[in-house]
Amino acid sequence: MTEIMVDARSVTKHYGNVQVLKGVNLQVKRGEVTCLIGPSGSGKSTLLRCINHLEKHDTGELLVDGELVGYQLRGDRLYERKANEICQNRSEIGMVFQRFNLFSHLTVLDNITIGMMRVKGVGQEPAKAKARELLLRVGLENKENSYPSQLSGGQQQRVAIARALAMEPKLMLFDEPTSALDPELVGEVLDVMRDLANSGMTMIVVTHEMGFAREVADSVYFLDQGVIEESGDPAQVLTHPRTERLQNFLSKVL
Amino acid sequence: MSGDTTYRVVPVRHYGRWVAAVIIAVLVAMGVHTIFSKVPTGQFACSTLNGVRSCHSVLEWRFGWDVVFQYFTSSLMLKGLVITLELTVLAMVIGIVLGVGIAIMRLSPNRLLSMPAWTYTWFFRGTPVYVQLLFWFNFAALYKVITFGVPFANVHFFTFDSLSITAFVAAVIGLGLNEAAYMSEIARAGLISVDEGQVEAATALGMTRAQTLRLVILPQAMRVVLPPTGNEIISMLKTTSLAAAISVIELTGAAQNIYASNYKVVDLLICASMWYIAMTTVLSIGQYYLERHFGRGALRSQPLTPIERLRADLKGITGKLHTSRPAVSR
Repeated sequence: MTEIMVDARSVTKHYGNVQVLKGVNLQVKRGEVTCLIGPSGSGKSTLLRCINHLEKHDTGELLVDGELVGYQLRGDRLYERKANEICQNRSEIGMVFQRFNLFSHLTVLDNITIGMMRVKGVGQEPAKAKARELLLRVGLENKENSYPSQLSGGQQQRVAIARALAMEPKLMLFDEPTSALDPELVGEVLDVMRDLANSGMTMIVVTHEMGFAREVADSVYFLDQGVIEESGDPAQVLTHPRTERLQNFLSKVL
Repeated sequence: MSGDTTYRVVPVRHYGRWVAAVIIAVLVAMGVHTIFSKVPTGQFACSTLNGVRSCHSVLEWRFGWDVVFQYFTSSLMLKGLVITLELTVLAMVIGIVLGVGIAIMRLSPNRLLSMPAWTYTWFFRGTPVYVQLLFWFNFAALYKVITFGVPFANVHFFTFDSLSITAFVAAVIGLGLNEAAYMSEIARAGLISVDEGQVEAATALGMTRAQTLRLVILPQAMRVVLPPTGNEIISMLKTTSLAAAISVIELTGAAQNIYASNYKVVDLLICASMWYIAMTTVLSIGQYYLERHFGRGALRSQPLTPIERLRADLKGITGKLHTSRPAVSR
């Protein structure tokens, strides 16, 4: 058990000739909530997606729970991990998307059980019991037989959180979880996330909800143009920004 | 327009529609009449009753319904029907399995996989299926024997004589390979219709590529793939009649054999057509319920089945009888 859950050192990533991440350093301690803020296109989502290897970073070191993401160090060589090892690693990291991405052909209950049953090999009955427990936790115990299209955005996002939690992850990644929601539905999702943070879950949240960041986060990172411009205690970073860029950004979003 | 006055609403009268409806009704009545009319054969039947001899013109069905129903369940036609169904099922199985494989190859980022898939579709869509059937039937002219073994080494697993490709086998191969080209495009459309986010969500849960394909992509692609696939099956059922050209005695071939000896050409073509329509009707009903099954989750509420809708309509009609005329209050 290492104290540091996520450790990024000089991580870079480019698409074509666009440099999205230009040497990012980030440390997330076990049990802490970290918020990534910044303008769109700043590389926040890309960094998040590198952490569970949905994207491959180019250079730099990226460790989750003390292990290199996607590679194994033997001697002086990095060996790319086999597909099933990467799948195994991903199954220990929960991810919540901006557009929910619930499986549209499955009911709410099946959305939550499919990962447990097919990836972790949990039996049907225990999986269902666990799913019902999680639905109760996110306040949707009466929706288990609904299809995603029959739910509001806020309800879908809460199901998506339950689906990720069903895998009993050691780390949860949130990619702008409230950006696609109507303003009056944002609160219900943030409430679930706040409860989760209070239960001691390690979380990395890409968000534009500055109120949530200030209240819940243990640390805040401000990314701009692929570089971490400022980071630290949320009260400090959000109320007394040092750099001009962050001052500009905050004046636009607040 | 104030107060609680109630006005009667007078709907627009569509006089043009009424005229059109009358004209169509008359045409339909004429059509039905002529289909079920009798015409003189030119022969006369005479009989003597109480010493009086009387003759009358002999009539027969214009469409030969007696002949149609005489042969409808004859053993020759039923044998042809079975062959038609066998051809359809076997060719569609080859078409769907091969087609899905080609579609997956076509979507591969590896050009060594995607190019052959593209070429296959290009070739088989570009040549007439009739020509392809003749080609496979005459395959023995190209290769006398086909041997499976290890190339460049003198190892043979098994060998077979091309002349053993019967007309039926040639028809199954020809129809199946041609169908695979069309099915691959349908399957490809289905695969690319699934939202990228669904794949990401499955990947993030830790599913392997195969699991993602089987548990997430294919079930969702089914909704897009089913209607055109149903179309293909129905189309295939009728295209099998081309096999008659390479001497397979399927439904059309059976009808041809019968009218070659009794000259009742139109009657037997109607007889075969009725079997085709009966089978496509059954397939259409099956397709409807299959689409309903795979459409769940795509719409907020499932549409009613025709039977449920009929029931609701009947309820609506009886309900209306008990309510007063519609009126709006201003």
